[in-house]
Amino acid sequence: MRVVLLVACLLLPAIASAAGGEVKLDRANVDLRDAVSIQRGAQVFVNHCLGCHSASYMRYNKLLDLGLTEQQVEDNLIFTGAKIGDTMTIAMREEDGKAWFGVAPPDLSVIARSRGADWLYTYLRGFYRDESVATGWNNVVFPNAAMPHVLWQLQGVQRLHTEAAGDHGEAHNKLVLETPGTMSEQAYNGTIRDLVNYLEYMAEPASVKREQLGIIVLMFLGLMAALTWLLKREFWKDVH
Amino acid sequence: MGLLNSLLGWVDERFPLTSTWKQHLSEYYAPKNFNFWYFFGALSLLVLVIQIVSGIFLTMHYKPDAEQAFASVEYIMRDVSWGWLIRYIHSTGASMFFLVVYLHMFRALLYGSYRKPRELLWIVGMLIYMCLMAEAFFGYLLPWGQMSYWGAQVIVNLFAAVPFVGPDLAIWIRGDYVVSDATLNRFFAFHVIAVPLALLGLVAAHLVALHEVGSNNPDGIEIKKKKDPKTGIPLDGIPFHPYYTVKDMFGVTVFLAVFTAIVFFAPEMGGYFLEHNNFVPADPLKTPAHIAPVWYFTPFYSILRAVPPMFGSQFPGVLAMGASVIIMFLLPWLDRSPVKSIRYRGAVYKSALTLFVVVFILLGYLGTEPTNVWGQFGPWLGNADRATVVARIGTVVYFLFFVLMPWYTRIDRTSPEPERVTS
Repeated sequence: MRVVLLVACLLLPAIASAAGGEVKLDRANVDLRDAVSIQRGAQVFVNHCLGCHSASYMRYNKLLDLGLTEQQVEDNLIFTGAKIGDTMTIAMREEDGKAWFGVAPPDLSVIARSRGADWLYTYLRGFYRDESVATGWNNVVFPNAAMPHVLWQLQGVQRLHTEAAGDHGEAHNKLVLETPGTMSEQAYNGTIRDLVNYLEYMAEPASVKREQLGIIVLMFLGLMAALTWLLKREFWKDVH
Repeated sequence: MGLLNSLLGWVDERFPLTSTWKQHLSEYYAPKNFNFWYFFGALSLLVLVIQIVSGIFLTMHYKPDAEQAFASVEYIMRDVSWGWLIRYIHSTGASMFFLVVYLHMFRALLYGSYRKPRELLWIVGMLIYMCLMAEAFFGYLLPWGQMSYWGAQVIVNLFAAVPFVGPDLAIWIRGDYVVSDATLNRFFAFHVIAVPLALLGLVAAHLVALHEVGSNNPDGIEIKKKKDPKTGIPLDGIPFHPYYTVKDMFGVTVFLAVFTAIVFFAPEMGGYFLEHNNFVPADPLKTPAHIAPVWYFTPFYSILRAVPPMFGSQFPGVLAMGASVIIMFLLPWLDRSPVKSIRYRGAVYKSALTLFVVVFILLGYLGTEPTNVWGQFGPWLGNADRATVVARIGTVVYFLFFVLMPWYTRIDRTSPEPERVTS
């Protein structure tokens, strides 16, 4: 309980700093102990993202920590002929990326640490059709993003509807599904959650182990504190 | 035992081992009434050791090269055994170093520890603090993220605001026209050898000076004035070892619990210890919308931003920022109170110190945020940013705390100090 309280105190600044920003972000509710979700997310990642985006600090064999076997990773998650100990690199050259998209698609190894899970979750669900943009797609959290909506076949096509403002309210933007995709809204949200969960895992593969170890370290230090307190009291008995 | 004793005798004939041990530990008499605030000196020393040891291991794997620096940090986080732990210890240690040093300095303000005969002790301490700021600044460039890069760019550009020699000075510091590989290399050299060397020497001088004049205490009176006529030991003094060594063991354990709780459960500390934007590799062509230094620099950064440009130059702001640190050196001579400790000072100093702490924290908070964080005042104040106006008032209060000190400490209604330490 004390550990939970302590952690809660430590997280307070996180909550405070998360406030602000223009678009209200949806909560991704990622759970790094949900290995199955991360496995599914890894599959989405290698199938849909790893063509253009590298994850060049991430080694395929880190996926073994998720409970997968080497054979499973090689059969289902490596399409490039890479070895299990290799990092997730791509064949697309940076200059080509720049020429095709305007900017080279960024490496995604630590994207969850710079953007945050909620941003990614909202971003990947926030694409809408916009013919005025070169890619034909725009985004509510990242206006005029260089990335087209790669997952549109899954999500379907959304449009942005601006609802007229009331007497003194501001105009509200609302995404409306125009053409359904192969997935229901719920299934698509679940898939994106898996993907974000994977991105979060990939950004810091040691994080679960870190928290497990932390509990042991804190228990040890709690014991040490009691012992050193008793030692101090014993020595200080003769100080008046 | 006999063999060990004769070995010790052999050493003592050639090196002052036993006498040094006695002088600084077993026969160094510290006041018996140290309270909570007296943990932070020992804790600063502990964090210094933590930073040096973890830093050595990081240096084994880090590459001070603009092309490889960012990747080598991620390599440490993923592929080096326990690399993530060492790196988090070092990054948390940086912030915790400032935290304990700020509390240590606040202790001096509470109990007048900078007053005669401890002026030099205070000055050496201030030099340590300035070295620490340099150390943190150089070290922050090394991960080569966006905040590393643009933070360094902003700070080095401050030197460019110096009249006449500024631009040349900035180039001389960077070794290039922009922050680049050359800058990274020299900052690495400063971070891993030059500044730590100075830091170690100053810390040694700080301890020698302390043990020469003796420790102050929460009552702000000199325990050396009341000595046992027979032994010559201060009546209110106890040997540092074992009394304060065992007490500090407890303090260290509690501190380490806080330290490791951050390392294991919140190493980014919500973006305050490790900034989110620093997980984006440095890009000289893309300026981030909001550049903020790490929290421990933000009170001074706020002061820098609060001063408006004058005569088309940012130099006044730079001067104000420099002055806000330098003015602390003068504390021993600004304080004219007949008593040292807050316990015997009057309402005036107590209010002044409280106001100073509030303003320091407020400036620190504002320094982490963009200047429009609180919106704007109406047309009656020229639509000025609220945060900027508050930072300006805060800056004035910050300086008034020091500038008016000779006056308000003299008119303060103090109460008499006790003859002996109280509790």
